[in-house]
Amino acid sequence: MIPVEYYVILSAILFVIGALGVLIRRNPLIIFMSIELMLNAANLVFVAYGRTYQIAAEIAKQKPIFDGQIFVFFVIAVAAAEVAVGLALIVEIFKAKKNINIDELNSLKG
Amino acid sequence: MTQPQLTDFYTILPFTILVVWACLLLLADLFIPKGRKGITAFLAAFGLAGTMGYAITQASLSSTGFSGMVYLDGFSTYANILLLISGLLGIAVAYGYNQRMGIERGEYYTLLLFSVSGMMLMAQAADLIIIFLALELLSIPLYVLAAFTRKLESEEAGVKYFLLGAFATGFVVYGTALVYGATGNTSLTGIFLAASNGTSGLLLTIGAALILVGFGFKVAAVPFHMWTPDVYQGAPTSVTAFMSSGAKIAGFVALLRVFATAFPSISADMTDILWALSAVTMIVGNFVAISQTNIKRMLAYSSIAHAGYILMAFVPYGNKDVVSVSIAAGLFYLLTYVLTNFGAWAVVISLEKAEGKGLELNDFAGLSKKYPALAAAMTVFMLSFIGFPPTLGMVGKFYLFRAVIAGGFNGLAILGVVTSLISAYYYLRVVVNMYMREGDPVTEREPGLAFTTTFTAVATVVLSFVPQWLFLLASTALLR
Repeated sequence: MIPVEYYVILSAILFVIGALGVLIRRNPLIIFMSIELMLNAANLVFVAYGRTYQIAAEIAKQKPIFDGQIFVFFVIAVAAAEVAVGLALIVEIFKAKKNINIDELNSLKG
Repeated sequence: MTQPQLTDFYTILPFTILVVWACLLLLADLFIPKGRKGITAFLAAFGLAGTMGYAITQASLSSTGFSGMVYLDGFSTYANILLLISGLLGIAVAYGYNQRMGIERGEYYTLLLFSVSGMMLMAQAADLIIIFLALELLSIPLYVLAAFTRKLESEEAGVKYFLLGAFATGFVVYGTALVYGATGNTSLTGIFLAASNGTSGLLLTIGAALILVGFGFKVAAVPFHMWTPDVYQGAPTSVTAFMSSGAKIAGFVALLRVFATAFPSISADMTDILWALSAVTMIVGNFVAISQTNIKRMLAYSSIAHAGYILMAFVPYGNKDVVSVSIAAGLFYLLTYVLTNFGAWAVVISLEKAEGKGLELNDFAGLSKKYPALAAAMTVFMLSFIGFPPTLGMVGKFYLFRAVIAGGFNGLAILGVVTSLISAYYYLRVVVNMYMREGDPVTEREPGLAFTTTFTAVATVVLSFVPQWLFLLASTALLR
C-alpha cells in the first residue's frame, strides 16, 4: 500500500500550485480554477487519511468512522454552489466591461 | 450512529426556524408586487424577531445534538442573539436605502436571512464539518449582496469578495484536512482529546495555522485584509453595515470556539502568532485609516483595527486561569463593536446620495447646525470607537486590556492603548468636521435609520453604566 505521507506531500504540492495560481494569474476564471485545485488538494488529504483510519479501525476490530470521506462530499457540493454564484458575478463584470482582467478592476481606490 | 431524535432538532431550532422562514419568504416574495417590497422587509424582520424570541428562551439550556455535531450552550445563545440583532438592524438600515438607490428587490431580505442563519449555525458548530458548511452558508449570500446594485463598483466589490472569500475557504478546508489527518477527528472535542494525548506534532500545528489564516481573511485581520476597503466601499452601504458586523461576529465566534475547545494543547505554538497578528492588525488598521478621505474606506480600516482589538482576546487562549475571562471580554467587545458600528454606518447611510455622493469626510461639515441630534449620535459612535468614556467602547477595551494583562501580555495592552490614542486623530476629525466647519449637508430621514441611530446611540451610552451586568452575561455565556 502507498504510505499516507505520499498523498499528503502530493496534496501539499497541489495546494501550493493552487495558492500561487490565485496570487499570480490575472484571469478570474483561472483564479477560480486554482481555488478549486486548493479544495481538491484538501479532498485528497481527507480521502487518504479516511482510508488509513478505516483500515486501522478494521484491524482493531472497531467500527470505522467515515468523517473524512463525508467531508469530501460536502466540499464537492459546496464548491458547486460557489461556482454558480462566482460565474454569475464574472459574467456580470464581463457584460459591463467586455473584459475580465483582474488588474483592470480598479475603480475602487483610496 | 443513532437516528436523530426530536431533541436534536430542539438544539438548532432557532436556526431551523430562520431557514424555513427564509425559504417561505423566497416563495411569498413572488406574490408581492414590485414597489411594495416593504412587505418582504417587514416579514423578514418579523422572522428574525420571532427567532430571537425563541433564542432567548434557550438562554439556560445546554446540550449537544446530532451525535455531537452542534452545541447549544450559553455561548451559542449569546452569539445567536447578537447575530439576530445585527440582522434586524441590517434590515432597518436597508429598507429606505434600497428604495432611494433603486435596488428595492425582495431577494435582498431573503439573502440576508440566509446569511444570518449561516452565522447562527457557525455559533453552534461543534464539528469542523458544520463550521465549513456554516462558513459557506453565511458567505455565499454575502457575495451576492455585495454585488447587489449591479453597478460596476458594486460588481467589482462582489467579485473581489467572492475570489478572496473562496481563497480563504480553501485555507480553512485544507487546514481542516490536516487537522483531521493529525487527530483522526473532525469534532472539536475529539480533536482536543486526541491532541492532549500527545498525537499533536507538526501536522496539527500547520492545520491550526491554516484555519487561522482562512478565518483571518474572513474577519479582515492584517495581512489578510487587502479586500476589505475595496469591498466595503463598493458594496451598497446597507450591505457593508451588515457585513462588517455580522460576518465579523461569526468569524470571531468560530475562532473562539475552535481555539478554546479544540486547540488549547498547542497554545505554545500559536500564542506568539496570534500576538503578532493582533499587534500588526491594530497598527496597520489605525495608521492607514488616518490617510483616508472617504468615510466608507475610513470605517473599513477602522473595522480592521477593531479586528485587531478583538484578536487580543485570543492571545491567552491556552492559559486555563485566564481563558474564560478573556473570551468573555471578547464576547463583550463584539457586542460593543456591533452597536457602535451599526450606528456609525447608519449615519453614513443618512448622508449618502445616489451616484456615491455624500461619502467624503468633507460632506459631514456643518452637520451639527442642521441636524444636531444626528451629529450628537455620530459623536457618540466616534467616541465609542476611540474608547472614550462614557461609552461602551471604553468599557469593552477596559475588559480586553485587563484580560490581556492578566494573561501576562503587558506589551500588547500598551500597544492597544497607544493605537487607540492614534485612532482618536481620525475619529475626532469627523467630529471636528461636524461641529467646527461650515457646510450644507442634506440627510435622508427614514424611520429605519432614525430607529437604528437612536437605538444604538442610547444603548452605547446607557449600557456603559451597567457594564458589570452585561459582562456577567458574557461570562456565564461561556461557563455553562
